[in-house]
Amino acid sequence: MSKAQPDKTDMISAHFRGQQGTFELDAAFELSASGVTALFGPSGCGKTSVLRCIAGLNQMKDGFFSLKGEVWQNRSHFMPAYKRPVGYVFQEASLFPHMSVEQNLTYGQKRALSSPSSDMPVLDQKDVIELLGIAPLLKRSPLKLSGGERQRVAIGRALLSCPSILLMDEPMAALDRFSKNEILPYLERLHDELKIPMLYVSHDIAEVERLADQMVLMENGKVKAAGPLQKLLADPGLSLASMPDAASVLNGTLASVDEDFGISTIMVSGLPFQIPGIMSPIGTKMRLRVEASNISLSRHMPQGSSSILNTPSVRIKTIQPFGPYMANIFLELGEEDGGQALLARISKKSLYSLDLRKGEKVQAMIKSVSMVTDV
Amino acid sequence: MLEAIILTLKLAITVTILLLLIGTPVAWWLSRSKSWWKEMVGTLVSLPLVLPPTVLGFYLLLALGPNSMLGRSIAAITGQTLPFTFPGLVVASIIYSFPFMVQPVRNAFEAIGERPLEVASTLRASPIDCFFTVVLPLARPGLITGTILSFAHTVGEFGVVLMIGGNIPGETKVLSIAIYDYVETLEWDKAHILAGGMLVFSFLVIFSTTLIEKRLRTRMQ
Repeated sequence: MSKAQPDKTDMISAHFRGQQGTFELDAAFELSASGVTALFGPSGCGKTSVLRCIAGLNQMKDGFFSLKGEVWQNRSHFMPAYKRPVGYVFQEASLFPHMSVEQNLTYGQKRALSSPSSDMPVLDQKDVIELLGIAPLLKRSPLKLSGGERQRVAIGRALLSCPSILLMDEPMAALDRFSKNEILPYLERLHDELKIPMLYVSHDIAEVERLADQMVLMENGKVKAAGPLQKLLADPGLSLASMPDAASVLNGTLASVDEDFGISTIMVSGLPFQIPGIMSPIGTKMRLRVEASNISLSRHMPQGSSSILNTPSVRIKTIQPFGPYMANIFLELGEEDGGQALLARISKKSLYSLDLRKGEKVQAMIKSVSMVTDV
Repeated sequence: MLEAIILTLKLAITVTILLLLIGTPVAWWLSRSKSWWKEMVGTLVSLPLVLPPTVLGFYLLLALGPNSMLGRSIAAITGQTLPFTFPGLVVASIIYSFPFMVQPVRNAFEAIGERPLEVASTLRASPIDCFFTVVLPLARPGLITGTILSFAHTVGEFGVVLMIGGNIPGETKVLSIAIYDYVETLEWDKAHILAGGMLVFSFLVIFSTTLIEKRLRTRMQ
């Protein structure tokens, strides 16, 4: 992710305000129009409403939305849903039951291609079908598909409608675990291979950590924070760090592979992370997940006296109590400013016996790192 | 006798086609509108279900006759008044059979729900496009039921026809009137043929409607 401030032509900019029954929405955010952005928050916080507003399915009293400098709605202008170049994937696949899978897939494509615009991202039908693995289903009726298959067709249908942005409303919430595991790899491939920005509604942090680059954190109809996922996960001011399974996400590059021991080395902020398993090819961007409770801190480098593979130097940015007996330590990788953020959770006893202070350099001992995905 | 059968079929076909064209948009509006007076319209549309046909015929006779504003304007435009003509029968039958088209179609539209329409709109389908490519195909069972019921109901009407159409052979003398006539003139054998034919016809209509609906339902599930 580039640190450079992108200009408006690369931004998603949204502000929706209005009443919906007893629920009040007042959500505003501005983010880079690239990669996957997760709309995250507890059920009923207004995530889906925001997504529906963007698609033009809901109209709030007061709304603004622009994508890459193109204004879809403001006080005086409202572009109707069918004119917005969005691909929308609903929670339930909602395929048209009176059409075959193939007819479903081409429904939006035909209409989009009949009134093409210059910057419309046209995806090749064969590529999409292959990407989602739905070639064997084309002639079937949607009524004869499994939940996971249906959702894959729905994603394909949305992609083929040449969207400038892909909106997904918890596409896996209605699926059982088996179908979920079947869909996730496809979503990850979308993330890797698509140039279309994606907004993804989810209340499952594990899903978000796997897929998202940016996050919009919502609560009670309002946006609490919006920005890069890593930054938000490690923000002391947000509730994310106080989740029981709080974790950090690190982005790195595969640097080398030791075939004898089966260890891959991934460089993160200039520091090597060693992970069991042989990955390829060298140079692949990787995403690592480190659970806060899997990090211990030490004042000395435990040279050759520990089974722990990853012991990067870190600096303490903030210390925060977590419950009566624990503390969250917000860290930054490396000895200099600008390293990626890392969250550790240790006991208050250790905090006092080590006498850790803000700004100090210590060694983090990371007991386990999981490879989330290749980004 | 043949004249009456042909006239009845001509009337029923004309009325059914016109009802499809007029009733479908009305049913759509009734199923989607949020205005408070929509149920008033809904009730008006359903009135022929409970009103005695003679009451309906009586008011239609007054409304379309040469002494009413409406009747006079129609006469001024078309050069004839509607009562006791075939076009008059068509108008009366449309009103009389309206609920038989609108009710099943409205129910079918309501059963579709919002979601397919939303999906279509996110796939660049304009509301009209969506109506023809998504709504109508999904409402097919209701449209078929409405068509068959309207047709059958028009074939079987008596009271309204008697009031507004009278008994003019080739113009307004439909089957049910013909049967009545045969009974009045004690030609029971001819009355038997027509009445028996109607019985079989009615049975077949209801039976086939049920079968078609059942078939479509299972295919949609």
